[in-house]
Amino acid sequence: MADEDVLARVKKIVVDRLGVDEADVKLEASFKEDLDADSLDIVELVMELEDEFNLEISDEDAEKIQSVGDVVSYIESHKS
Amino acid sequence: MGLEGKTALVTGASRGIGRAIAIKLAQLGASVIVNYSGNKMRAENTAAEIRSVGREALIWQCDVSDEKAVQEMVKESLAHFGHIDIVVNNAGITRDGLLMRMKEEDWDAVLDTNLKGVFLVTKAALRPMIRQKQGKIINVASVVGILGNASQANYVAAKAGVIGLTKATAREVASRGINVNAVAPGFIVTDMTDELPDEVKEKMKKDIPLGKPGMPDDVADAVAFLASDGSKYMTGQTLSIDGGMAMQ
Repeated sequence: MADEDVLARVKKIVVDRLGVDEADVKLEASFKEDLDADSLDIVELVMELEDEFNLEISDEDAEKIQSVGDVVSYIESHKS
Repeated sequence: MGLEGKTALVTGASRGIGRAIAIKLAQLGASVIVNYSGNKMRAENTAAEIRSVGREALIWQCDVSDEKAVQEMVKESLAHFGHIDIVVNNAGITRDGLLMRMKEEDWDAVLDTNLKGVFLVTKAALRPMIRQKQGKIINVASVVGILGNASQANYVAAKAGVIGLTKATAREVASRGINVNAVAPGFIVTDMTDELPDEVKEKMKKDIPLGKPGMPDDVADAVAFLASDGSKYMTGQTLSIDGGMAMQ
């Protein structure tokens, strides 16, 4: 079960950054397929997540991030 | 063309065109990170000129073809100034010779500094610029990247590469308020061109419609324009500062 707090903070960033409806930001939503993000949007999103959660996401890990769920589980397993 | 409150990183700023650019940007109000590779004394001299016009200068030694060192430079510059608004990729070297005699190491050295260096500094600086949603990247190419030049296969390939890299980068980040442009200097009076044989220099002068070599300041003026708001509707372009050698 996803941490509600992490999910809420991720949702807020995704909504602000991509200008999508909060209802569409589901765990299984793919950034590119469902949320209409391009590669640069994802890079920016990753940078904002780094700021928000105070962590560094390597380029290799960032490339694996495809869905909202990927972000949430990455943050849950890496947050300090 | 005011650059008050801006921070500019200029690579290869200890002498020649880079030095003129660093000082010009400072005169217009920018704080400057003076990057150099080998000559600390001359980098300090550039920094002293910047301070004499009342601007802050941070001297930073690093080889632009070393990714870790470049990342460190950008990180420390950000820690010091809080933002980087202008990047001038100017650092460049020559290892001239006929292609058929050119050593692989001379090819690699020139491509590493003159092309890979631009990629690495741009990559590191784009992060803060994307965060800031604004930035100016100015790459120093060369007239020979447009026209070609015998005995400079490595340098020509690198500089033509810089022109292409400028366009690719410009397209990638245009939507983020970042302008990426290049200048292509012609025959400019610097230590680098001073090394050329006299007959080459004479021949080059004959090919210049304006009839004389340019000065580092001529290039710095164009870079200052590209660093300023006056060029806000330009991106992906290469401005020739060459007395008319390459007319497009």
